[in-house]
Amino acid sequence: MTTDETKKDDAATNGELKPVRVEPNVENGARPYPLPNLVGESNPEPSAERGENASERLIEGAIVVEDGVKKVLRRRPPLLEIQDLNVIFGENQVLRDINLKVRRGETVAVIGESGCGKTVLLKNMIGLIAPTSGRVLFKGKDLARASGKALTEIRTHYGFVFQMAALFDSMTIADNVAFPLRQHRRNMRRSEIKERVESLLEEVGLNPKIVANKTPAEISGGMRKRVGFARALAMEPELMLYDEPTTGLDPIMSDVINELMIEVRDRRRVAGVLITHDMKSAEKVADRIVMLYPHSRLEPDEPQMIFDGTPEEIERATDPRVAQFIRGEAGERLREMAAGR
Amino acid sequence: MRVKSLEWKKPTLWERFVESAAEIGRSITARVALAGNLAVFSVATVFWLVVKGAKRETLTPAFYNVGVLSLPVVMLTGTFIGMVLAVQSYPQFKLVGLETRIGAAINLSLVKELGPVLAATMLAGRVGSALAAELGTMRVTEQIDALASMGVNPIHYLVAPRFLACLTLIPGLTLFADLMGVVGGAFFSIKLLGVDWSYYWEYSRNMVGMFDVFAGMFKSVFFGAAIALICCHQGFRCGAGAEGVGKAATSSFVISFVAILFLDLLLGIGLDQIQTQFLGGPKGSMI
Repeated sequence: MTTDETKKDDAATNGELKPVRVEPNVENGARPYPLPNLVGESNPEPSAERGENASERLIEGAIVVEDGVKKVLRRRPPLLEIQDLNVIFGENQVLRDINLKVRRGETVAVIGESGCGKTVLLKNMIGLIAPTSGRVLFKGKDLARASGKALTEIRTHYGFVFQMAALFDSMTIADNVAFPLRQHRRNMRRSEIKERVESLLEEVGLNPKIVANKTPAEISGGMRKRVGFARALAMEPELMLYDEPTTGLDPIMSDVINELMIEVRDRRRVAGVLITHDMKSAEKVADRIVMLYPHSRLEPDEPQMIFDGTPEEIERATDPRVAQFIRGEAGERLREMAAGR
Repeated sequence: MRVKSLEWKKPTLWERFVESAAEIGRSITARVALAGNLAVFSVATVFWLVVKGAKRETLTPAFYNVGVLSLPVVMLTGTFIGMVLAVQSYPQFKLVGLETRIGAAINLSLVKELGPVLAATMLAGRVGSALAAELGTMRVTEQIDALASMGVNPIHYLVAPRFLACLTLIPGLTLFADLMGVVGGAFFSIKLLGVDWSYYWEYSRNMVGMFDVFAGMFKSVFFGAAIALICCHQGFRCGAGAEGVGKAATSSFVISFVAILFLDLLLGIGLDQIQTQFLGGPKGSMI
C-alpha cells in the first residue's frame, strides 16, 4: 500500500474529508474525475468516503445507469479556466497564450524563474490585472466582462495569501481576520465574528489570546503569513491563491505553511493555485505542477508553459530547462543574463 | 559563450532632433494620460460616494485627521500671516497717511485670498502628503490589492472618506484661519503699531462684506477636493519601494499646490465677475 493510499484509508476511518488524487488515464489521454464533479449532483459526497472503487472514477462522456436510467456523464466547468491569456505591459509581453484549468479540490503549483510572469498570472486569476487578450473564467464567468458588483461577488469566493501577507497596518490581528466578514457578512453578530476569528487563528496555529490585540508590526514574519492565511480563509473560499507563501521563512515555518495548504485542500476541499520557487513546497503540496518560462527567452513559436504534469512526472522531465530549474542549477544562466537574454 | 560588443555610432543632427521630438511627445502623452487617469479616478470617487456613501469606520478617523489635527496648525498660520500683513503694509499706508485703513486691507486680503489659500496649503502639506504616503505604502505592500481581492473597492473604502473629510472640513478650517488672521492683524496693528482701534474696525467693516467671506470659503471647497483627489491618486499610482513612496508624497504636495493656485486664479476671476455683474461691485473703497 502506498503512502497516499494509507493516508486516504486513515481519513476514511476518521471520517475526515480527503479528496481522491485523480491520476491521468495514459491509455486514452482522458482524465478521469470522481463523482463530485458530475452535473446535477447537488450535494456531492467526498470521494474518499466512497473508497477507492475503480468504478467510481468515471470518465467524461461515459454512460452510467442510475436508478434504471441511463445518463451521460458531463463534468462541471472547471472552477477556474484560463483561455489564450496574453498580458502585455507597454512594449513588454509577460504572458503569451496561457491555457490552464483548475478543478475543484485540486492544487496547482505554478513554478518558474523570477520575472517569468507567475505573479502576473495569479493576479489575472482574480482580476487584479486585466488581460490584454484572452479570458479568465471563474465557474464559467469571464472576470473581464463582469460588472463591478459581479466581480465583487466573485472575489468573495477567493482567498488570496500574499507574499508579504499584506495585513492592514492600522488594524489589530483580530480586526484583520474579521475584515472580510465585517464587509460581506452583515448579518453576523459581533460575538459570532469574534468566535469565528478565534477559530481561524487557532486553525493556523496562533493563540488568539496572545495575538488578537497585537498589530501586524508586533508579530513575526511567519505569524503574519499565518494571519494572512486565516484572513484568506475567513470567507470560506472555493479557490485559494498563494503568492510565494514560503518565501522568506525558515525551513520549519515553510513546512508549517505547506501543511496548512494541504489541510485547506483536504479538509475543506478547496482548490488552490500556488506560485512558488520552492520545489520542495510545490512537490509536497501540489497535485499538478506547471512551469512557465520567461517570454523574453522564448522562440516565437514556443509555448510559454513548458511543463504540465504531476510532481512525480516533473522528476522525470526530459526538457533541460525544467530539469535545470528543479535541480536549481544555474548552468550558463549568468553568462546569458550578461548578454541581455 | 561570447558576448558581441555593441558598436556605438554618433547620432546625426537629424537623429538627435527626431529623438528630442519623440521625447517631448512621450512626455506630453504621459501627462495627458495622467490627467485622464486622475479624471477617471475623480469620477469613480464621486460615484462611490454618491452611490454607497462612506463607511463610518473609515469616516471617523478621516474627519479626526483632517479636521481636529489640522486645526492648531491652521490657526497658528492664520495668526502669523495676519501679523505679517500688518508689518508689511503699515509703512506703505503710513507714507500716504492712510494707516487707519490698514485693517481693511489686511482683513480683505485674509478672507478673500490668504485665509483659503493658506488653509489649503497647510492641508496639502500636513494631510495631503500623509495621504499619499499612507496610500502609497499600502500600494507597495499590496494592501490595496488585498482589499480588492476581498471584494472591497479600494476607492470606496480608502478614497471616498478622505475626499469627503477634505471637502467638508476645509471651509471650517478656512474660517478659523480667517478669524485668527484678523485677530493677529488687529493685535499687531492696534497694540504694537498704535493704529486707532475704532478706525481700524470701522474701515474693515465698510470694506469687507459677507460675499468676500463667502467667496473665500467657496473657493476652499474646490481646494479641498483637489487636494484629496490629487494626493490619493498619487498614492494609488505610487512606484515601487521607499523611493516610490517618497516621490508620491513630494509630488502630491507640489501638484496640489500648483492646483490650488491655478484654481484660485480661475475662481477669483469668476467670483469677481459675479460680484461686479450681479452685486454691484466691491462693498467699499479703500480711498
